[in-house]
Amino acid sequence: MGGYSISDLWSIVVMQGFSGLSLFSVLLLMALGLAIIFGQMGVINMAHGEFMTIGAYTIYLFSKVTEQYFPALMPYYFVIAIFAAFGIAFAAGYLVEYLLIRHLYKRPLDTLLATWGLSLIMQQIFRTVFGAREVSATLPDWLMGSWKPTPDIDIPLNGLFVMGISVVVTAAVILFLYRSTWGLRVRATTQNRVMAGSVGINTKKIDRVTFAVGCGIAGIAGATFTTIASTGPTSGSLYIVDTFLVVVFGGAGSVVGTVSSAFSIAQAQSILTFFLTNAMGKVVTLLTIIIILMLRPEGLFTSKVRK
Amino acid sequence: MLRKKSKSPTWNRAGRPENVSFLPVRKTVANAVAATLLIAFAGSSFGATPPTSQVDTTHLAVTDTEVIVGQLHSSTGTMAISETGAIEAERLAIDQINAMGGVLGRKIKVIQEDGGSDWPTFAEKAKKLLESDHVAAIFGCWTSASRKAVLPVLERDNGLLYYPTFYEGLEQSKNVVYTGQEATQQVFAGLDWVAKTKGSKTYYLIGSDYIWPRTTMKLARKYIETVLHGTVVGEEYAALGSTDFGSTINKIRLKKPDVIYAAVVGGSNVSWFKQLKAAGITGKDHTLLTLSVTEDEANGIGGENLLGFYSAMKYFQSLDTPGNKEFVKKFKAKWGAGAPIGDVTQAGYEGPWLWKAAVEKAGSFDTDKVVKAEESGQISFDAPEGMVYLESNHHLKTRLRIGEWRADGQADIVYTSDYIMPNPFPKGY
Repeated sequence: MGGYSISDLWSIVVMQGFSGLSLFSVLLLMALGLAIIFGQMGVINMAHGEFMTIGAYTIYLFSKVTEQYFPALMPYYFVIAIFAAFGIAFAAGYLVEYLLIRHLYKRPLDTLLATWGLSLIMQQIFRTVFGAREVSATLPDWLMGSWKPTPDIDIPLNGLFVMGISVVVTAAVILFLYRSTWGLRVRATTQNRVMAGSVGINTKKIDRVTFAVGCGIAGIAGATFTTIASTGPTSGSLYIVDTFLVVVFGGAGSVVGTVSSAFSIAQAQSILTFFLTNAMGKVVTLLTIIIILMLRPEGLFTSKVRK
Repeated sequence: MLRKKSKSPTWNRAGRPENVSFLPVRKTVANAVAATLLIAFAGSSFGATPPTSQVDTTHLAVTDTEVIVGQLHSSTGTMAISETGAIEAERLAIDQINAMGGVLGRKIKVIQEDGGSDWPTFAEKAKKLLESDHVAAIFGCWTSASRKAVLPVLERDNGLLYYPTFYEGLEQSKNVVYTGQEATQQVFAGLDWVAKTKGSKTYYLIGSDYIWPRTTMKLARKYIETVLHGTVVGEEYAALGSTDFGSTINKIRLKKPDVIYAAVVGGSNVSWFKQLKAAGITGKDHTLLTLSVTEDEANGIGGENLLGFYSAMKYFQSLDTPGNKEFVKKFKAKWGAGAPIGDVTQAGYEGPWLWKAAVEKAGSFDTDKVVKAEESGQISFDAPEGMVYLESNHHLKTRLRIGEWRADGQADIVYTSDYIMPNPFPKGY
């Protein structure tokens, strides 16, 4: 690469490395909720993106209300709003499970259609309530701009923030699934529903809460993405394909699988996009994934899931 | 292929001949009947209202008091974000025209159809509007894809479409009036400006991956290389809906172009600007000129992420003329103070007014007569953006403006070009 100084190249390598990591945390955050729902319950939730949109609009509402009534709290509202995003998406997920999903456990393919319909309904609700135009939440100053360790290197603060959130959420999910009594019950239900029921686990309640937690995490993801992407009625649909890609490639039902799949897809895509064009980067990534899935149809990591 | 000839103009869409001459005797009878009708129905205002038989010989939805037009945009689906403004502006124009007494003494009634962001649906709804509602004109479409879908229907049924979006050019149909700018109007003057004021030599082109950015960038590249004698150091297209620009931004940093020339659209646009800002590329030390940010988009992107960047458009809401201030006031009064007004919204507003002018010049709602009036070169309108002139190639002669974005999502106009003739088929590109 003639014409570029060593320090130029070094700073590009650093920033490129960061942008790969930042894409990794985006993919991971998107996929975690779905990994729980699809992986643990076998439900194909096409409305996952819309639960993310719920989170994004929560941030928007909080930013407007704070701006209007408590301008002094502007630097802090974001943190509270993220918890609220989880809560609202959790509640919505709980309701959806009760009204829709629980009637379809015996027909997993129908969940695909039903949740797709649900996603259209939710998009239209967003459009009716918030208007068709995209909105933008006023972000606190500490989330804007970049951190400059050297004059040539700019590390995006919002990228760091997304990374931080995804580390926290991943850790929480792992604790929830593998260290809590509740997680034990979830995993038991996943492995053998009848047996789990016969030892006294309320499997219906497990289903409902698991689904709601997955949706809640989607809410957090959507809330976090307001720092890097758009908030509009159909924003969620931008993510759904990538989300399924990560979960399927990683292997359903395995958190480790989701993490490693998000990491490899993100790095491949980010590096290829740098050296090739945008479109070619994506094509090569997808082709590789297809070939690997042909060799390992269950994904990178497999675990026994409810059939 | 784009300019497919429509059916022979002597046949109207109902399949009846239009220009059969009556025998003198029958003409007298017809006149007598008309005279009787005149006595029977005419009020005091008859002088301004020619009889329906005279203004509509092709069985359009025209009565003595009313004319029906169609409105065909997406109010649902992914394009609703963009098309809402045009819908609102067209409604405002129609209301104002009605308050002034309508067109040829007839009040405009609107049938609104939803294209649902789906191109075949657009074609279907256009067919419905023309063949069962017999609308006199359609105001609609936003994306080029929807316009291309509607075009064959328009040409077969000999309908009229007023299309509000700035677009890639390379099209001209007798059935369409393009009230937005075609690519040469938007691209060349903008590049001239940036080369002159910023002394730019190197350019990085980036757009979304579909027909409009690709065609526009092709024009831009050629213009930069042959006319401005600059260099294009990178050209990149991101998939529609793509939300990750990290690698692209790093490439831009490495190439250090004088100008980033952008045409990214939709949800991607928001990600693009938020990530630029986060990567430390701001209007303070970088020049970015975009073709795809109006006040509508700025609202979603957030003004703080656009601060100091430039847009090339024919209209900005901040335009400081009495005509525009009046327009902005009326628009906000009807659609709410928060409603932003972008370039396409204003172009949508021009549609009904230009149609009214053409119909009144033709003295008829008949498509062929209106088209003849449109092509006369004598139709103009004192729009919020200033006077616009409808040229015989169905496009508008307008000015180009460069706006510098402020943190509040409005733009300061830093440059206004002379009038630019529309040239949808530029030679040598």
